[in-house]
Order: sequence, then structure tokens, then C-alpha cells
Amino acid sequence: MAITTEETPAAHGAGPTGAPPAPAISLEGVGKTYRSGPGTVTAVHRIDLEIQQGEFFSLLGPSGCGKTTTMRMIAGFEEPTSGTIRLAGKDVTGVPPNRRDVNMVFQSYALFPHMTVADNVAFGLKRKKVPSAEIKKRVAEMLDLVELTDRARYKPSQLSGGQQQRVALARALVNRPSALLLDEPLGALDLKLRQAMQLELKRIQREVGITFVYVTHDQSEALTMSDRIAVMNKGVVEQLGTPAEIYETPATRFVAGFIGTSNILTGTVDTVSDGWARIGYGHGQHVLAKGDGTAPNEEIVLTVRPEKIRLSAEEPDANLSRIRGTVREVVYLGSTTHYTVRTVDDTDIVVFQQNSSDASNLAERGDTAWLSWRPEHSYVLPG
Amino acid sequence: MRAATKEAAPAAAPRRWRPRISLGKLFTWAVLVWLFVPIAGMIAFSFNDISGRQNVSWQGFTLKWYGQAFAYPDLNQALINTLVVGVSTMVISGITGSLLGLAMGRYRFRGQQISNLVMFAAISAPEVVIGAALLSLFLTINMTTGLLTVIIAHVMFTVSFVAITVRARVMTMDPRIEEAARDLGADSWTTFRLVTFPMLFPAIMAGGLLSFALSVDDFIITTFVSGELSTFPLWIWGSTRIGIPPQVNVMGTLIFVVGVVLTVINVVLARRRS
Ligand SMILES: Nc1ncnc2c1ncn2[C@@H]1O[C@H](COP(=O)(O)OP(=O)(O)O)[C@@H](O)[C@H]1O
Ligand SMILES: [Mg+2]
Repeated sequence: MAITTEETPAAHGAGPTGAPPAPAISLEGVGKTYRSGPGTVTAVHRIDLEIQQGEFFSLLGPSGCGKTTTMRMIAGFEEPTSGTIRLAGKDVTGVPPNRRDVNMVFQSYALFPHMTVADNVAFGLKRKKVPSAEIKKRVAEMLDLVELTDRARYKPSQLSGGQQQRVALARALVNRPSALLLDEPLGALDLKLRQAMQLELKRIQREVGITFVYVTHDQSEALTMSDRIAVMNKGVVEQLGTPAEIYETPATRFVAGFIGTSNILTGTVDTVSDGWARIGYGHGQHVLAKGDGTAPNEEIVLTVRPEKIRLSAEEPDANLSRIRGTVREVVYLGSTTHYTVRTVDDTDIVVFQQNSSDASNLAERGDTAWLSWRPEHSYVLPG
Repeated sequence: MRAATKEAAPAAAPRRWRPRISLGKLFTWAVLVWLFVPIAGMIAFSFNDISGRQNVSWQGFTLKWYGQAFAYPDLNQALINTLVVGVSTMVISGITGSLLGLAMGRYRFRGQQISNLVMFAAISAPEVVIGAALLSLFLTINMTTGLLTVIIAHVMFTVSFVAITVRARVMTMDPRIEEAARDLGADSWTTFRLVTFPMLFPAIMAGGLLSFALSVDDFIITTFVSGELSTFPLWIWGSTRIGIPPQVNVMGTLIFVVGVVLTVINVVLARRRS
């Protein structure tokens, strides 16, 4: 799913021509343990990642899972306690931040308060001793890109939050780094502005073709914007994949719970045939799941998304996973209705049904109803 | 807005009499008058047309003392000494205090608590104690008292003020701003020069000017360590027994005017900046 754009100079980093270009960023067994008072805190356990040129890559995870620490190690503000970080194939151990070809957009923006917007944006180019005529031109282009041309002579304190955010972005992008690191860049904005800026960021990334590494704890933001996502938890990457892969086939219980809404079912395998494990609940009820490596009598955990489940009064086909229950709650939400159904083994299952014009109200609270879904929509989770 | 309120007032509140001046306002004005009267007196008596040595009762208006402002060579020398000490103190305390404040606000180090304590002790210790202690120190190490010892003493009691002002600024400063500079290609010195220093400058300036003001009018500590050196406050004290000449009022007025002008410029610049 990685989008390889036009060759940038950094892409030639790896060996002889013909070989695939080195990843923009690669982490090999990277870990970070902080000394904290008398003890230590391990923020990042062990991360292996390859981020390709031109990719929009997200690090997604709850607060405190080590996203910022990972980012700061790539930027050079923290040295890993183990492992190696390579930028365009080159080991950057010990290289200070000012000599790494990546730029960072801070959550607090960290604009220089005593400089105008234009001087903020020009800061990086001046450090690189770019001729002043070119600096002027590139700053003007960049301010145009983020639509702040008329604010060039303002101080950061005279701008709104969204405008400051765009200055922070322009200040980093103008240097044409091989990768841009964004640490929850939209975290301080209100919902509406955040959604507008998500589309804006995506547009800018497509236009400039620079690798974006995007940190967020907001799963919908990551799903909307990313080419690939690494879902992190407690300092490890739990799953790495495209938004669709992560949403459709969560690899762990944590991922299933963190991304969207998931129903978690547990049960004992009755039979395994043709690679399908079957859990029976009696009275014609059973759940089927792809069960490579499961054996009869084994306890398994599986997951199914609420929008994959169909609610019906009549008995569904026996090829499907099907289970009966009592409707406990009905929440009408306009285009969809959310049902909570309690099954025979006292598990609550959430079902999202589209409200089509003909089938307006499928079930009422207290009704008994059948739930069914195609077997390939359940995934067996480890542990 | 104001006009509208005024017009509406008679119709709305004829029932109750309200004092036009609130107690708070009255108190504020009383404090301002109390603060300003001695200064107004000093300025007025710089225009007093006296003939003897006693400048205590009003004799008539004259500008002649401004023409003879520098008629006493030893008073001139005292004023010059005061300015030399003041500027030296401002520069030395400004630099040392800023570095101290930066270190104390930014880093955790061994003895941080102790240095905090020492700083506040230097501010809160009675001046007589500091003066006496310094004098006995200079005597012990056999250092001749004079210009140098006065500067050392003044730096000693003003440096904490600069350090505290700068430290307060450092602690409210987002460390990410300096990281951003590093990230954009600035080495540590460039980061300090272009980002840290400009952001600290108002605090450094405030601390420096405070040091200057404290140094210029210090009397107690200076008395202990001045030796043969005369300063403006010491000279005035010396002349009280024989009568303070109007030149002192003239110089006081000039110093006051310079201070007011600097303050006004600062306010105007600050307003233009925001
Ligand atoms: N400088 C530090 N010293 C000690 N512990 C730290 C430091 N920075 C982060 N941590 C700890 O490391 C963990 C991960 O932090 P962080 O990378 O900021 O997480 P995230 O960005 O995902 O919220 C947290 O438990 C945090 O308390
Ligand atoms: Mg974070």
C-alpha cells in the first residue's frame, strides 16, 4: 500500500541501482528506557518499522504508549537505549537533531514568539545558508500553500490556533525534509477545525510528496488519513497494516478494542472441519471462525464488527454464524440504529443496522431476535 | 458607551444618592499622593531661590541652580562614582544573574536547593549584616576598600534579583521552542543567540535595571565597604549636617526625569510590540 512517488535524492541511499530504494525511515529493535528517580521507565520496548518514501504513516495508540518517545528518537532528541535508527539507509546513532534531514511539527507548535510568521518559516532555510532571494521565494510559496500570505508580518500571538498550526507546518515543510514528523498536530484544535485540517494535511502531503509520520491517539483520524498505521500499546507495535487491514482483521484483542467498536466472543471449540472452527451454543446456534491451528475443546476468543451482523426475526441460513438473544437496548441514530443484544451465555453483542426506507424498525426492546454474519467476518484473537 | 450610560443614569437612579468617588478610588489617590509628595518637594526645592545654606523654606522661584548644577566638584565626583558603580553592577549582575537564572530554571543539579536558599538569603538578609560581614571579609583578606569592593558588594546583593527574574521567565518558557530551533538546523550556540536570548531579554533587562536602581541609591552596605570612595547617597548624608545644597535637588530631579522618560519609552515600545 506504500505509495512510492518520484525519486527524491534521499531515495538513492541504498546500494546499486536497481535495488529497491532504502526506506525513508527504518527502526530495528529500537527501545528506550528512561531513568526516573531511583527506578527506570521503559517507554518503548522494541520496535521494528520500515517507513517508505512518500508514505503517510501513522503511529496510533493510547496516551502514554510511547508514540512521542518514538518520534523524538527519530528526530534525534532522545538516543535509543537499544536498536538502530536509519534515515534513508544511513545509521543516525549519535547524529544531533540539527544534522538530521527530518523536521518535526510539535503538538504545542513551538513557534518562535519574537519572530514574525515569515521569519519563523525562513528560520530553517537561513540555517542552511540558502541564498536570500531563494529564501524569499520559497517562504512566499509555502505561505501560499498554507494560505497565510496575508499574515506574513504578524507575530504568532496574533494568530488563531488553526493559523498557528499552519505556520508550524509551513516552518517544517519549507525545508523539504526527507520526512516530516507530526506529533498530534491537531490535538489542540476543536473538532470542526480538526476535520478540516485533516483533509488539508492530506492534500498538502499529496502535493509535496514528502514522507509523513503522523502521531495520534485518535483512531478515526488515523484511519482517514494514513496509507499505513502502526498500532502501539505499552511500548510495542501490536499491528502494522493499512487502515482496512487493521479495521477488518485486528490482530490482537487490544487492536480490536481500540479501533472502532468490536464484539468479543469467547467459547469452546466443538469441531474443526475444513479449517473452520465451530462453537456451538445449542438450539441450532453456532459461531464459525477461520480456525487454523485450533483444536476441539480449546477455549478461543473471537471478534466481529457490529456493522457485519444482521438482525432478523426468522432463522438465518446454517452456513452463517448465528446466535439468538434478547434485545436490551435500541438507539436510533438517523442513518443507523444500534441494538444491544444479550445472548444465551450472557454476552452483550452490539449490532449496527442501516435504516433503509422499507425495514424501518426491525426489533423492539425485549424482543427475541436472531443475529447472523458471514463466517469470514469473525477473527480468532490470540490469547 | 460611556455617553449612553451617563444619559440614562438620571432617569434610572433618582431614588438613591450614590457617592461619586468610591472608597477604593479615594484610597488609591491617597497612596499616589503620599508617594509623590516627597518627589514633588524635591523637584520644587530645586527651583528655590535661597541665599544661605539652608534649603528648607520657600524663598522664591529661580532656575539658577540648573546653571550651577555642577558647582561642587566633589559632588560631581560622587555622582560619577555612583554611575560607574551602578552601570558596572548592572552589567556584571545582568550577565551572572542571567546565567544563574537560566541554570536554575532549566537544569536539575546537585545543590539546587542550597543555591535557592542562598539566593533568597541574600535578598532577605538585613543590609547592616551584609555590610558588616563584607567589611570584615575584606579586612581579613587584606583587600583595600574602595571602588572595587563597592562594586563587589553591590553585585553580591543585586545578582539574586536578576537570577530570580530570569529563572521565572525560563520556567514558563516552552522547552519545545528551543528544540524546534535545533530541529530546524541551529546548533546550540545559534539556538541560544537567536531564540533563547531574545526570549529572555525582557527579563534580563528588567533584572538589570532593577540592579542599577538598587545600586544607585544604596547607602547602608556602601557605607561599610566604601573606604575613601564617595558616592551620591554618601555625599548627601555627609552634607546634611551643614545643609544640603540645591544642586542635590537638581541632580535628583534630573535622575528622576531620566527614569520617567525611560519608563515611558518602555511602555510605548511594549504597546507598539503587541
Ligand atoms: N523524559 C522522560 N523521563 C521519564 N519518563 C518518561 C519521559 N518521557 C516519557 N516518559 C514516560 O514514557 C512513557 C511514554 O511516554 P510518551 O512517549 O510521551 O507517550 P505518548 O506520546 O504515546 O503519550 C510514559 O509512561 C511517560 O511517562
Ligand atoms: Mg505524546
